[in-house]
Amino acid sequence: MSGPQVLVAMSGGVDSSVAAALAVEAGWDVTGVHLKLADTPAHLQVQGKGCCTLADADDARRVAGTLGIPFYVWDMAEEFRRAVVDDFADEYAGGRTPNPCARCNERVKVVGLLARARTLGFDALATGHYARVEDGRLYRAADRAKDQSYVLYMLGPAELDHLRLPLGRMTKPEVRATAARLGLRTAAKPESFDVCFVPDGDTAGWLERRLGRRPGQVVDTDGQVLGGHQGAYRYTVGQRRGLGIATATPRYVLRVEPAAARVVVGERAELAIRAVELERASGTDGRGLRPGHARVRLRAHGQEAGCQVVPLGPEGSGEPQRGAPVNRGRTRLDLDEPVAAVAPGQAAVLYDGDLVLGGGTVAATGPAVPAPGG
Amino acid sequence: MPYLDYAASAPLRAEALAAMLPLLQRPAANPSSQHGPGRAARAAVETAREQVAALVGAAPGEVVFTSGGTEADNLAVKGAVLARPEGARQLVCSAVEHHAVLDAAAWAEADAGARVTLAPVDPAGRVDLERLAGLLEPGRTALVAVMAANNEVGTGQPVAAAAGLAHAAGAVLLCDAVQAAGLPGVDMDRDGIDLLALAAHKLGGPTGVGALVVRAGADLRPLLHGGGQERGLRSGTLPAAAIAGFGAAAAAALAEREAPGFAAALAALRARLLAGLRALEPALVVNGDPGRSSGAGGLPGLLSVRFPGRRAEDLLLLLDRHGVACSAGSACASGAVTPSHVLLAMGRGPAEARETVRFSLGHASTEADVDAAVAAVHGALEVLAPQEATT
Repeated sequence: MSGPQVLVAMSGGVDSSVAAALAVEAGWDVTGVHLKLADTPAHLQVQGKGCCTLADADDARRVAGTLGIPFYVWDMAEEFRRAVVDDFADEYAGGRTPNPCARCNERVKVVGLLARARTLGFDALATGHYARVEDGRLYRAADRAKDQSYVLYMLGPAELDHLRLPLGRMTKPEVRATAARLGLRTAAKPESFDVCFVPDGDTAGWLERRLGRRPGQVVDTDGQVLGGHQGAYRYTVGQRRGLGIATATPRYVLRVEPAAARVVVGERAELAIRAVELERASGTDGRGLRPGHARVRLRAHGQEAGCQVVPLGPEGSGEPQRGAPVNRGRTRLDLDEPVAAVAPGQAAVLYDGDLVLGGGTVAATGPAVPAPGG
Repeated sequence: MPYLDYAASAPLRAEALAAMLPLLQRPAANPSSQHGPGRAARAAVETAREQVAALVGAAPGEVVFTSGGTEADNLAVKGAVLARPEGARQLVCSAVEHHAVLDAAAWAEADAGARVTLAPVDPAGRVDLERLAGLLEPGRTALVAVMAANNEVGTGQPVAAAAGLAHAAGAVLLCDAVQAAGLPGVDMDRDGIDLLALAAHKLGGPTGVGALVVRAGADLRPLLHGGGQERGLRSGTLPAAAIAGFGAAAAAALAEREAPGFAAALAALRARLLAGLRALEPALVVNGDPGRSSGAGGLPGLLSVRFPGRRAEDLLLLLDRHGVACSAGSACASGAVTPSHVLLAMGRGPAEARETVRFSLGHASTEADVDAAVAAVHGALEVLAPQEATT
């Protein structure tokens, strides 16, 4: 074969199956790889739940066989556990609300795998993400409902130059139709929505098994005790259900203070914030976030708001970020209008139209300009 | 395609195919049937039984055909445990046994009242006889498992000495000879082996058939019940064609072992491979001792090597792209490479275990295969810069 040598990450789902098929149709020299990310013994896995099960590896292998491409399984369970699963628990324990998919892309699935693919002499990595890479820049997917550019914001030119996203201009129905046309066994496979290592969707229960009970108090903004809880990590900013308190008007979680084992609740209006401070901010062009106006998305499936981007200079910690793009630093976003319920730990992603400018992790929020360090 | 993965599965020998074809093309014939076609199938099975017995120094009547090496090991371990009263179900296994032995023993411990003790090995993977002796509990030990030669690193084991210790404690000795039955070979009489596990495909026969050779006096309970075939130890219609292929492969393997110069030629191929790899990577580390320095013969065609700083998974991918087949550690159900329990038992760390590649040669290997493999490794090492060890 004469085309570029492309490694395709094959999860065993319909999206990455079609991505692999399109890569073959494009005439590329394609090799499939399935990442084993979980250590769960095969006989304890729940069929069709979560991802990275034995059945998923089998599906990916069968699709690779149908496409006639070499296929490998790589055990990256250790990397995944350290970079994603442990981080997920640590973030919740620290009172933050992490985005494990963004973290996984940053450390394992995209950046980590791409580095390994390049080491092995591949020209590029292809994945089944819904987003577009054009002229080395990252754009939203044509299918807005499926767009996954939000969880890829941390990519820089070093990655984007070698990343192929064959589904970027397709809609989900088109992807399924392609899978059916090619006779891929994953054509009708259901979507996976939950956090893949919490297959039953019970994040609070998963965290409790991992972190143990850490009882504390639910208080209002004056410090008055309204009730108790079994672990501050069970709460996230904006949460209304499960507070276990009786009040005349609905109360929402405003802050989570794990050190004091305290959950602070208040009125809906008190959730509104006007400023967000980001840490580990990066730009997809490799030159960092620059001052100016942009649209910001603060959760995977949330509304977007206009904002002014205010860079605050490089971070002082000097913590080396393996495989991370350059220009990581603190950045403030002054929102054009109030936004409700933004939790530290979430990803904030900046757009100019369909172009992804970059983003960062929410470090702190405030009614106006937050103090440095939150 | 240069095939250097005989220890995973050897190519089918022409003799085995020739023995199977007439039985596959023939009309229905159950070897247990009392009619012409049945008798013909039975005759083929009994010929194969003689050929398999001859390979391992046993009597034909001691051969119990199974579905393969895994079933043979399971029948030996579980069958021996179940034949003993509770309280006399201790099992002593070398730490480098195949999972078919270790996991069967673990089952017996979890579900059949057995106690399992692992006998440690030295850095070459050879079982420590003094430590083994100290683990035996006369009257309570049911079975001692010491393989003939290790499938991952090729080290030969002191089977005869282990058998002597087992017998003195009133236990039977299980020898997994799945890898070693051809070369260096085993002799149940000479070595005092009570139970011997075999798999046809490692000898150049078909997959799906193997045998447990059971010496008279070794008490076993069957695991499969039904028609009472194989002296009641393994019910199920005998796959006559596969068994005929097994027999033909066993006969061919025996002829090779007795042919002057065959083993030496295989060892020379391995030496050529090792020299070629060392020239490419002077820091290369050889695992195990397949040679005869110890007196216990190892696998002359097996070479387990570590390429420091290179992940075996990555090497395998690049070698596969060059059309060279070999393997790394042991593969789990999903197909991923996991750190080998054998290398860990030999005192290697998980990172070292992940850098280990196994090349294995056999009956049809040539110098051209070896040279192609060396060239492919050369290409792979050019691509892979040494990396920091990861755990």
